[in-house]
Amino acid sequence: MSDTPMLDQLETGPWPSFVKDLKRKAAQKPQVKDLLGQLERSYRDKITHWKHGGIVGVLGYGSGIIGRYSDLPDEFPGLEHFHTMRINHPSGWFYTTEALRMLCDIWDQYGSGVLNMHGSTGDIIFLGTTTDNLEPCFQALAHKGFDIGGSGSAMRSPSCCCGPARCEWSCYDTMEACYDITQEFQFELHRPGFPYKFKFKFSGCPNDCVAAVARADCSVIGVWKDDIRIDQAAVKAYAGGELKPKGGGAHVDKLDIQKDVVDLCPTQCMSWDGSTLKINDRECNHCMHCINLMPQALRPGTEKGATILLGSHAPILEGAQMSWVIVPFMEMEKPFDELKELGANIMEWWTENGKNRERVGELILRLGMREFCKAVGLDPVPQSIKWPRCNPFFFWHAEDFEAEAEGKTYIKL
Amino acid sequence: MAEERITDIGPPHYEQFLPPVIKANYGKWKYHEIPQPGVLKHVGESGDELYTVRCGAGRLLTTDYVREVCDIADKFCDGYVRWTSRNNIEFLTNKKENVEPLIAAIKAQGWPVGGTGHAVTSIVHTQGWIHCHTPAIDASGIVKSVMDDLFEYFGHHTLPAQVRISLACCLNMCGAVHCSDIAILGIHRTAPKIFHDKLRHLCEIPTTIASCPTGAIRPHPDKSIKSVVVNEERCMYCGNCYTMCPAMPLFDPDKGGVALLIGGKVSNAKHPPMFSRLGVPYLPNNPPRWPEVVQAIRKILTTYAENAKKWERLGEWVQRIGWNRFFEMCEIPFTFQHIDDYKWAYDTYNTSMHFKF
Repeated sequence: MSDTPMLDQLETGPWPSFVKDLKRKAAQKPQVKDLLGQLERSYRDKITHWKHGGIVGVLGYGSGIIGRYSDLPDEFPGLEHFHTMRINHPSGWFYTTEALRMLCDIWDQYGSGVLNMHGSTGDIIFLGTTTDNLEPCFQALAHKGFDIGGSGSAMRSPSCCCGPARCEWSCYDTMEACYDITQEFQFELHRPGFPYKFKFKFSGCPNDCVAAVARADCSVIGVWKDDIRIDQAAVKAYAGGELKPKGGGAHVDKLDIQKDVVDLCPTQCMSWDGSTLKINDRECNHCMHCINLMPQALRPGTEKGATILLGSHAPILEGAQMSWVIVPFMEMEKPFDELKELGANIMEWWTENGKNRERVGELILRLGMREFCKAVGLDPVPQSIKWPRCNPFFFWHAEDFEAEAEGKTYIKL
Repeated sequence: MAEERITDIGPPHYEQFLPPVIKANYGKWKYHEIPQPGVLKHVGESGDELYTVRCGAGRLLTTDYVREVCDIADKFCDGYVRWTSRNNIEFLTNKKENVEPLIAAIKAQGWPVGGTGHAVTSIVHTQGWIHCHTPAIDASGIVKSVMDDLFEYFGHHTLPAQVRISLACCLNMCGAVHCSDIAILGIHRTAPKIFHDKLRHLCEIPTTIASCPTGAIRPHPDKSIKSVVVNEERCMYCGNCYTMCPAMPLFDPDKGGVALLIGGKVSNAKHPPMFSRLGVPYLPNNPPRWPEVVQAIRKILTTYAENAKKWERLGEWVQRIGWNRFFEMCEIPFTFQHIDDYKWAYDTYNTSMHFKF
């Protein structure tokens, strides 16, 4: 009888089997055999067999390593300690095979050979090594140009979409912004000094391929200010069926420009007379629908930058939040000084005012947007709200009365 | 250590990993096409072409697997490869003649090609029982089971729009599944058990009390016992106390299980980004194949596929038909769990006559 009768059932079926892969590794590495054994136990017992906690790390850092210990060390000695190392990934997850093989060699030497490509935050996740191996593994990586990422109450490894490397829609250089911001905040990445985690994510356009709006405390999403670029001949080719909607990625072969594009525009800012597509760009809300359907006919404009949104996190504790707009448009040219300054101001305010395990988005809800905007030097803008309040309980400060005394009015008279 | 110690260098600069065709056309791509499922063709202003073959993979891999990826990338892609934000592998080449043999080599490994356009792509997921200390469910095993079942939707563009499935093995949601078309979420359903003997050694009591978002934790009424008690009626099993205090585990092998949240998205296309909403409150934790979860997802996905209009994401379809019709069509009984009773619950109550019978 096999040692892993339940897991064996996951070796069948057309999707790649992690069990098959792990079994092959188990033939070389006794700890992976133990890993499969313990996982089988979890499948039988329907609970995890990893113990909570244990602080481990490398010299001088407070983050990047997660301590992991089995609660069945006698039964699975290879898992007695089996820590996670987060390795900061290169922007856009591009690799040469030379770099990948080097990473594999190091991980085979110092760890289990089991990894994630990639973890939810973006890091390469090395799963399973002993306390003794952490520092030598870290230094072996460092000598090959790789560093470890963030964990705990620290800056987490920023991540980005592939942006200008392989996308015609990217409104700024997500790859360089991600790299540059990661370098700028190295200290905050490796030495936890925040109330809780802080994530940056960079998406090149409103399609948001790295889910920045849902997953980053600071979400940087590319946008354009001017007119969508139109190739009218290509629009006609879509209308005629010579070009396929969504570049061929859709379930239909031919586009009906009126029904599929114009009628579904959320702002109704487009018209089509059978030969020319017109867009009233001032009313466009940058939803991307028309561009997504006709990538050869339409492209974002050329006056490009990013919208800065703040505050998203998963439900714990106060319920899930999505990031909301705090700066509708920021130019995003290297060295990204404006973003760095804003980021540093946000972190400083949050670190001073946040409670333990309070994300920045939760703190803003607790103390108010006005407090936040004043602290980091942002003016109120209508883009940051869906609609104004429906209650009459709005605050007036001494500075409002002072401004009125100096001539401020609330409607142009 | 003989060599000098190195710290805080950050990740390597991405430029050294970019294929020459990408370097030459960086920021100067003109358009893209998807000539067949799993294949992207990007064309630069220069006329240069880049082909990407997208390959489905588990997130959990071994170095042996990565080396096999490298072998293929060396043979057909001059040694360049990338991963996507959804754990797919992308093989990159500027040689059109390499595309078919590349696909053949990938398929010869038993790996699927697809995940583009109107497809189900790889499931973003967390660690589960393989390496996490708080999960209610496994991750890789459920993902494997769901993807085996939905395999036809990975390699074909047959859906009304793209469908993004994600899994998080507990409410921490490291997978950030809360804005997915279909989210598989591991849930605990019992209040933490308290190990009073261990608690005073392992946990700081004020921090533990403060960790509870509903105020369900208070000091033990017997002052001689340095521990806490939980008002079980107020506990909604978020596990935050366990994260702060290891002496308060909330695992239950029989009562833990899976919830499905549906209809979320992050893209701004047509509608603004949307949260996923509770579809199915509970399905049993049933390894190794989680048949109830697999079956429920198939039911929701196929009902959507048969009834949605062109370009409609799952959540847009539900918004159009209304949630009461969704529950009816997917044959999901409506329960008290579907009515929000947490913070901001009022935002979810219906104040209109816009409903159906």
